[in-house]
Amino acid sequence: MRPVALWTAVIGALLLFGLARLPLETSLDQAHRAANLRTATLDIGLREQIGQLAYAAALSGFRSLVSAFLWIEAHTAWEQTAWGRMAGLFQSVTALQPRSLVYWDLASWHLAWNASVAARENPREPSEFLRRRAEREYHELGRDFLERGIANNPDRYLLRERLGIMLRDKFLDHCAAADAFTAAAGHPEAPPYVKRLAAYELAECPGREREAYDKLRAIYLLGEEERLPRVVTLINELEAKLDIPAAERLAPREE
Amino acid sequence: MIRRTAAIATVTWTELVRLKVFYFLVIFALLVIGNSFFLARFSFEEEFQMLKDIALGAMSIFSSLLAILATATLLPKDREDRTIYTILAKPVSRTEYLLGKLAGVFLLLALAVLLMGALFAVVLLLRTQTLLHGAEIEMAALPPAELQAALGKIRAAGHDPNLFAGGIVILVKAWLLAALTMFISTFATSTIFTTITAFAVYFIGHLQATAREYWMAANESGFLTKGLLALISLIFPDLQAFNLVDDIVTGAAIPAAIFWKTLALGAGYIAVYTALAAAVFHHKEL
Repeated sequence: MRPVALWTAVIGALLLFGLARLPLETSLDQAHRAANLRTATLDIGLREQIGQLAYAAALSGFRSLVSAFLWIEAHTAWEQTAWGRMAGLFQSVTALQPRSLVYWDLASWHLAWNASVAARENPREPSEFLRRRAEREYHELGRDFLERGIANNPDRYLLRERLGIMLRDKFLDHCAAADAFTAAAGHPEAPPYVKRLAAYELAECPGREREAYDKLRAIYLLGEEERLPRVVTLINELEAKLDIPAAERLAPREE
Repeated sequence: MIRRTAAIATVTWTELVRLKVFYFLVIFALLVIGNSFFLARFSFEEEFQMLKDIALGAMSIFSSLLAILATATLLPKDREDRTIYTILAKPVSRTEYLLGKLAGVFLLLALAVLLMGALFAVVLLLRTQTLLHGAEIEMAALPPAELQAALGKIRAAGHDPNLFAGGIVILVKAWLLAALTMFISTFATSTIFTTITAFAVYFIGHLQATAREYWMAANESGFLTKGLLALISLIFPDLQAFNLVDDIVTGAAIPAAIFWKTLALGAGYIAVYTALAAAVFHHKEL
């Protein structure tokens, strides 16, 4: 066979194979999307954050490896209390591995708990107003990580639970915390205590006492194991607050 | 035919092993074992996450490098040593010779992935046991139900059956790269040309899915752009489809349908690249 004919046949075969595999590749793409796989978007912004070499490595299929090394770098930044650099590295790691709950969870925790406290107690900043503002900014940054983590992992409960804890402890927003815990409890793999956390926060949310009472009542009726002291105390308090008739009251009053 | 191919595969395998290619396993072992000690300062979730990230990432790198570099040297080396003429002078067809060579590389890659996977599994198991033991002592005062829940979390972080599927996909990708490199090698003029071209295809292959998506989407790209994207999509392999480990390490479950489709796609690529390599090699002047 003459070389021209051979190469025409080879290129033709490659193109035909390309056409033949197109439906399989397209259906695989769709299946990946449906299963929330390959969700990372490697854009120009990320290239500027992680550098050319790491970006090339990430593009070449070594996303997980690059993210592990960046996480170690972020950990070192944390040890050196270089909060800004740490936050930047967290952005890169979570962009590379958006399906890793550990990275979202710990990034938000470092920011909302560690960096925020360090900002509040920053000895180099004499203005309390500025220190408080910096603290709030780190809280917001931590919350932002959790919210983006949830958007990337809608099928997992953990980050919703963590958001509930953050809203409760750092933002003191019991109503929003109750909603976050309720959303987490809606996931089939969520442990039973998340439902209790949702009810506890709801009990602290002004105007939603009736809803809280109904939830706590349902938990109480699940059985002895769920009748924890706090459940009973809150039921007692809410029964008094809502003027529940004595005959309808559920739990024995805690002395 | 099978006997002749198997004989060539065995010789190829022996030659590659004599090149001491398995020395890279020492680097892999140092990387995984060394990291496991270093990572002990992290929380157990972080530790397991990064151990999986690093080990599977390293498995992917080493197997890809081995596939390209080991295959690229095969044909030029045989021509240089003139062994190819001795073999083909016997009643061995060129296709048998090529299949034997490729089978030898496949065997080498399978063993390499198996050894790396076994080492990773041992390190993971040891770290899990160490953490479980430590947790049992530290949390002895907890109520039994809470202790079991804590231990269950450590076990779940350490044991993931999807990692096995990840190892298989890494191997299939390495085989695909070996078949592709063999195809390039049949028309290449030197080892350097084969290696550089294979790496170029490797990088483009990881962007093929993006090109295909853009080509198939309704947008206002010009005819030339669309044509170029179509060419990339049809000629180059979609290597991103084989990067399931990036998701496996996050704890994501890989549905069986995706796993089998990926393997089928890999088998298709290997078959076509091998057939094309055989066709080109059949007409090559030696």
